[in-house]
Amino acid sequence: MNELLYIVEDSLTGLLTGGIYALMAVGMVLVFKATRVVNFAHGTIMMVGTYFFFSFSLLVQQLGLSFWVSVPLALLSTGLLGMFLERVLMRPLLGQSVFSMIMVTVALISVLEGLTILIWTSDAQYPPGLFSLQISFIWEAAVNMQLFWGFVIALSLFVLISIVLFLTRIGVALRATASDQATAYSMGINVPGVFGMTWMVAAMTGCLAGILLAPLNSLTPSLGHLGLSVLAVIILGGLDSLLGTLIAALLIGWLEAMTGHFLGGDYREVMPYIVVLLIIVIRPYGLFGSKEVERI
Amino acid sequence: MHIGNARSSYQADEVMWKRPAHKGAMLLIILSLLILPFWIGPYHLMLMSQLGIFVIAIAGLNILTGYTGLISLGQGAFMGIGAYTTAVLATGYGFPPWATFPLSIIMTALIGIGFGLPSLRVRGLYLTIATLAANVIIVFAIRKLEWLTNGDRGINIEPAVLFGVSIESELEKYFVIAPLALLFVLFSQNLFRTKIGRAFIAIREQDYSAEIMGISLIRYKLTAFAIGSAYAGAAGSLWAYFFTALTPNQFNLSQSILFLAALIIGGMGTTLGPLFGAVFVILVPETLRAIAGLITPYYPLALQATAPITEIIYGLLIIGFLIFEPMGLSAIWARIWRYIDRWPFTR
Repeated sequence: MNELLYIVEDSLTGLLTGGIYALMAVGMVLVFKATRVVNFAHGTIMMVGTYFFFSFSLLVQQLGLSFWVSVPLALLSTGLLGMFLERVLMRPLLGQSVFSMIMVTVALISVLEGLTILIWTSDAQYPPGLFSLQISFIWEAAVNMQLFWGFVIALSLFVLISIVLFLTRIGVALRATASDQATAYSMGINVPGVFGMTWMVAAMTGCLAGILLAPLNSLTPSLGHLGLSVLAVIILGGLDSLLGTLIAALLIGWLEAMTGHFLGGDYREVMPYIVVLLIIVIRPYGLFGSKEVERI
Repeated sequence: MHIGNARSSYQADEVMWKRPAHKGAMLLIILSLLILPFWIGPYHLMLMSQLGIFVIAIAGLNILTGYTGLISLGQGAFMGIGAYTTAVLATGYGFPPWATFPLSIIMTALIGIGFGLPSLRVRGLYLTIATLAANVIIVFAIRKLEWLTNGDRGINIEPAVLFGVSIESELEKYFVIAPLALLFVLFSQNLFRTKIGRAFIAIREQDYSAEIMGISLIRYKLTAFAIGSAYAGAAGSLWAYFFTALTPNQFNLSQSILFLAALIIGGMGTTLGPLFGAVFVILVPETLRAIAGLITPYYPLALQATAPITEIIYGLLIIGFLIFEPMGLSAIWARIWRYIDRWPFTR
């Protein structure tokens, strides 16, 4: 009985973490949809955003304001960072090979990580949690409340983004850009504007995911490496499908928790990579992705 | 812009020395590689040896990524397999270097073929992610196979003994590594004058067109992975004897990214690219350390900042080259030669 309870507990924790993964992954999916680039540096941008939050929370404390003020400040500055990166790094490469774009985002990892170490050093920091880190009980299973509320926020944002994507003009513009750039251009859609916006939204959602995740452990520059394991989520979900991403995120979160439970903590870190390798060999377009058709 | 190709026969296309000056330059390089080591101190010798190892690994990546178009973020881990094969065979079973070196190459080539299998189904982005995953998994496996590799505590290996001479001093190491590096670079240069090499290039340009022309994708893509990883295995084997202390962390993703960065900076799909790239990535941290040493009296934290600044500079270099000079330093090199060639008529 006790063993079963532990499994249920771990599963719950895994699913809740999966919700936050979904929030991280949605940024990558949006950027991929709009620009056909997988942003390897997404996790790193998230990490920088979390450091922004950390610094703002200290600043706000000194000014005597509520620390909630630091959340929008961090989101805003990370969004601006995302837009800036798109404008300066990705825009000049428009029309270049996918390889160049991917490598630029890989290079961005080192640049941002190096800058972070220079500014904040590589020591662990402890940003404040948005919610109490207390354990509450859902029925009998213990659940971390920060994780629980993080899950709720992540899910609602996910739904919000889906609504925006399918019901608003901006969403239509993004989907038009995704399906055919040239036609979107000729229909008067501001394609570069769409690119900038997706990068901004991606950076902001990433930052939020970081803010929700960091208080659970600690904040170090290696938080960004989480972004690489989120690659497993978006590949499993099929790269351009939002629903697929959500399901894949929950699945990966749960799988991670289960590997942690049965095989030990080390194996949890490597599990997403094993999944991604298997997916790529067996079903490259993921669970819900559109099969890429190549025309010769 | 390079336009026109006046070659009208296969002989002209396959010729190794495109200009007489090339032959002279090559001779000069070999001579300086022979004489220079007696001039410079042990520290610079060590850098030269490290350069040789990097050149081999990057030349392998060049065959895979630069010539065949299969982007790999796993070269660092493949080098790790080579290094650990050598270390385990040498310390655990007492194999001599002339046995560990080829065995490491074979081992790495086989594992390379295994991880190259996804390349038959996917390419581009997916392959990059697959090799990235391979890197993480390989390093993890090295860490977890503790009974064999001693895990995170690492493994120490005895210096190699060749022809009764124990290779310990920097000079001795240099004279083992440098000729091997030269040999491997020459092999890669010659590879692209053969059928296999031309098949690789055809696959890079467009893989289904290559298949239609009768090039077996399965065979040649896996061959490319085998050769590319074999280079990494050779580099790893030398690495083990050169650094003598191995830990799994030396071969993590950042090493692979470093190799790919070097290849981009040097120029993909060129023989000299790996050399330029390796020189560059070794010189950057050295230069920074020298600068940090100069300003330490005024700003005591300078030395600490070199590691992150090195990272930033690598990143900026990759970005800069991709945006402004995608063919890397060898394009600049070729431009200089073209200028000299056409001299009074150059712009």
